[in-house]
Amino acid sequence: MHASVQIRAAATFLSGALGVVLIAAVLQLPRDAAGLTRLVDDELTRAGVTHAVTAVLLDFRAYDTFLEIGVLLLAALGSLAIRRTVDLRDIVPIAVPGPVLAVMTRVVVPIMVLTGGYLLWLGTHAPGGAFQAGAVIAAAAILALLAGRRSITALGPRAFPALLASGFITFQAVAWFLLIGGRRLLDYPPAIAGELIVVIELAVTVAVAVGLAGLFAAAHPRDDD
Amino acid sequence: MEPDLLLDLVLALALFWVSWRVLAVPELFGAVVLFIVFGLLMALAFARLAAPDIALAEAAIGAGVTGALLLDAVGHLERRRRHDTDRLGDGR
Amino acid sequence: MTPFLIYAVIAVAIFTVGLRGLLVQPHLLRKVMALNLMGSSVFLLLVAIARRNADPAPDPVPHAMVLTGIVVAVSSTALALAVARRLYAATGRDHLPDVDDDA
Repeated sequence: MHASVQIRAAATFLSGALGVVLIAAVLQLPRDAAGLTRLVDDELTRAGVTHAVTAVLLDFRAYDTFLEIGVLLLAALGSLAIRRTVDLRDIVPIAVPGPVLAVMTRVVVPIMVLTGGYLLWLGTHAPGGAFQAGAVIAAAAILALLAGRRSITALGPRAFPALLASGFITFQAVAWFLLIGGRRLLDYPPAIAGELIVVIELAVTVAVAVGLAGLFAAAHPRDDD
Repeated sequence: MEPDLLLDLVLALALFWVSWRVLAVPELFGAVVLFIVFGLLMALAFARLAAPDIALAEAAIGAGVTGALLLDAVGHLERRRRHDTDRLGDGR
Repeated sequence: MTPFLIYAVIAVAIFTVGLRGLLVQPHLLRKVMALNLMGSSVFLLLVAIARRNADPAPDPVPHAMVLTGIVVAVSSTALALAVARRLYAATGRDHLPDVDDDA
């Protein structure tokens, strides 16, 4: 069922032509534009963290991250809708055969979870943060699933959706708290900006870890599908 | 040419070549393995561009989680196809 | 030649390869991979743009945008794969029906 020769030629021509236009556009970009580096540097003292990328993610452009956690939640809900249940406990662990993975998992998974915690702490002042921490913990959960252990699939039909939505809900709670307090959306008061960011970072870590591991698990169809 | 720039050039060309092979190799399994290689090379490129945050995220998410998802999907489709072929005696 | 130029041009090249793959590859998993290649190339371009001047510190705003983008990309990939599996389970197809297929 391959595309016909004409369609392939047309697709090659179209994408090639677009490529040429895009390269021309890229070459015309001003080479010495400072971008927003200086602006971020100037405002960094007002943010609750000292690492510029974390400050942009969770302070200056926190609404981006807020909506992104929403996208993650929606994708997970979509996968669960396709599976037609929020109960993942019927998933049989995949159990890749052989002793290597099983033994390795016992050693590596705790180290990965620890690394995740370290990355989360690191994010306030150095490269690292909630996304990387959540991703590493999710990878540990997926590895454990592949080694035939229950990780995310041990969560029941109440605990799993609750954890899945916790990041989005926490983020929203902070946003409402600030709105009711008379500030703009996710505009933190400088005095407690650091504390609010830590709360949100914890929530984002849980959301990313449970969301990604849940997406992996939820891709497994039920037995009757 | 400076060695640093040469490294960037080689890395960039490798990225392009691997992305080409991902869509050109006939075996789906090989394509997924190449896709994971692409993710890891991309993490290297991000590190070269002074973006360690993104390099970390790309290695864990782009190569790791996406790779696991794709491998799992390929394995599932192939198992299912074998099962269907046994039952129906037909490739479809 | 600067690193910005090298990576920006290669990013466009990878985008082109991915777009062509998305259009001509019949298998749904290949389409998902092609879409991911396109996404990754956009991330590479944004990160290269963040580093286009001689400033030692790159622009953190594109970096933050790419970080959110990576998570969105993996979310949509996982959902697409779940839909593709369901399609296969329901119809036995691993590709989209052609216009002249009676589906």
